[in-house]
Amino acid sequence: MTALLSVRELEVNIGTVRVAAGLDFELQAGQRLAILGRNGTGKTTLLSTLAGLREPEAGTLLLSGESYAALGLRRAAQLRGLLPQGQLDAFQSTVLETALIGRHPHLDRWTWEGREDEHIAREALAAVDLAGFGAREVHTLSGGERQRLAIAALLTQQPRLYLLDEPLAHLDLNHQIAVLELLSRRAREDGVGIVMVLHDINLALRHADRALLLFGEGRTLEGPVEAVLTVDTLSRLYGHPLREVRVMHDGGQRYFVPG
Amino acid sequence: MPTRRRALLVILLLALLGLASLVIALAAGSLPVSVADIGHALLGDTIGDSAGNIASVAVEVVRSLRLPRALAAFACGALLALAGALMQVLLRNPLADPYVLGISGGASVGALGAMLFGLPALLVHGGAFSGALAATLLVFGLARGEGSWTQTRLLLTGVIVAAGCGAVVALILSIAPENRLRGMLFWLMGDLSHAASPVPALLMLALGLLAALPFSRDLNLLARGDLTAHTLGVPVARLRGGVYVLAALATAVAVTTTGAVGFVGLVVPHLVRLAIGNDQRVLLPAAALAGGVLLTLADTLARTLVAPQQLPVGVLTALIGVPVFLYLLTRSPRT
Repeated sequence: MTALLSVRELEVNIGTVRVAAGLDFELQAGQRLAILGRNGTGKTTLLSTLAGLREPEAGTLLLSGESYAALGLRRAAQLRGLLPQGQLDAFQSTVLETALIGRHPHLDRWTWEGREDEHIAREALAAVDLAGFGAREVHTLSGGERQRLAIAALLTQQPRLYLLDEPLAHLDLNHQIAVLELLSRRAREDGVGIVMVLHDINLALRHADRALLLFGEGRTLEGPVEAVLTVDTLSRLYGHPLREVRVMHDGGQRYFVPG
Repeated sequence: MPTRRRALLVILLLALLGLASLVIALAAGSLPVSVADIGHALLGDTIGDSAGNIASVAVEVVRSLRLPRALAAFACGALLALAGALMQVLLRNPLADPYVLGISGGASVGALGAMLFGLPALLVHGGAFSGALAATLLVFGLARGEGSWTQTRLLLTGVIVAAGCGAVVALILSIAPENRLRGMLFWLMGDLSHAASPVPALLMLALGLLAALPFSRDLNLLARGDLTAHTLGVPVARLRGGVYVLAALATAVAVTTTGAVGFVGLVVPHLVRLAIGNDQRVLLPAAALAGGVLLTLADTLARTLVAPQQLPVGVLTALIGVPVFLYLLTRSPRT
């Protein structure tokens, strides 16, 4: 089966800073990948490269077996969605209108959003606990509510591959878990792929199948979470000693705490 | 939720208002013309019936004086409002207007330069149009210098070019002979009494709407930011280039026809946005129609208020525009 996302010998730089070099990995349908790294190592740049928004310096990048150039903007927008970090709106707009932007790649030039599209958008709003917010002005939402609205717009887009830049930013604890469980459910039930930048190692451990560590200067490590997330690699990643704790009545689940 | 039916209703309503404003413009003036005579004039039957002479004078006034002027006012108001709405999306700034990038500044330099040398009207129009295009190309070229093209860079370049043009205009005004100053001042404020033929403005309006409307949902996304738009499949760089060229051409044609009429391009998109929301599929045609209505009515006032003397229409749009805009600003602090 063709991998949802296939990365070969990828090299990504920001100016003179090397983000990744010779990066190889594949993401299959239904898999969740967490990207971890210190501030400024290029997590966002790597994510926009994976989204096809900027050219990699070298290497190949295939989405469902095709390059972004071959797919074109519209097909790409039907296949992959990106949750960027906090976007500010210059103009007023309602919550429902904002969620509906996800339908853009699915509509023809002269087609307007119909009942079906509205249904999809309302379901997405309900999935992020924003049911009943449809008529609210976006400007009146709190930071966490806006983040959930951005996730709802991504759900409305119905892509096969979700690329999320810090999806948990601004969210309170219950919504952090709810969003991760929602994404996991989509991966499990609909077979979508998830790539997310996370800062919480323990959440990555529980809600991701694979992890990609960015050490800076182009050094990367990718693999199953059990293998990649260890005291040794994580202490090296963050430049701070970490300790591993196992909670026995939690099925021996591993947790990392700062040493 | 935006629906096509509501959009069509809004546009139909505004189109009727547009027709009404044109009829008022044709009827009002020192020689009042009845709606029946307007009908005669437009349909081309010159039969003067019993009142003979009066009717044919009315027909003549409507055909050769009021109709071209009303059409020019309508088309230019529509062009300015359309260009304003496009600029606001392009710069993602609700305070942008068609002149913010120096287009009117360039046109002013061209037009006033031609007037300074006493050139005929045709060359004044030509000077305005070439000045507008020159300023547009200058801003576009400078702002694109590094390949990247941010709103801030474009805005700053435009504002600086506009300031430079302002200085040249001041220079021309200070060295111009007395007898040409009045014409120059009227041009700067916007004035339809020497308006060029309405045909280029009408053609440009049709072209502008035809070019912009197919991309209006893309523009909705562009208003939300380049990243969002790009991710959802909008060819951002090409679209922004196209929008810039279109807004610049629309503004250049409008300014060439009527001079630098202010506030239509800023206030009308705002008013329409407050009334019907920021969906460009409705906003663009609605703003164009509303801009046409505003400038047609303002020009009718400009030539009837203190008749037989004529006021520059730009003074009226500014007098209407400034309080309305200030009211909107205090009413909705979010924008």
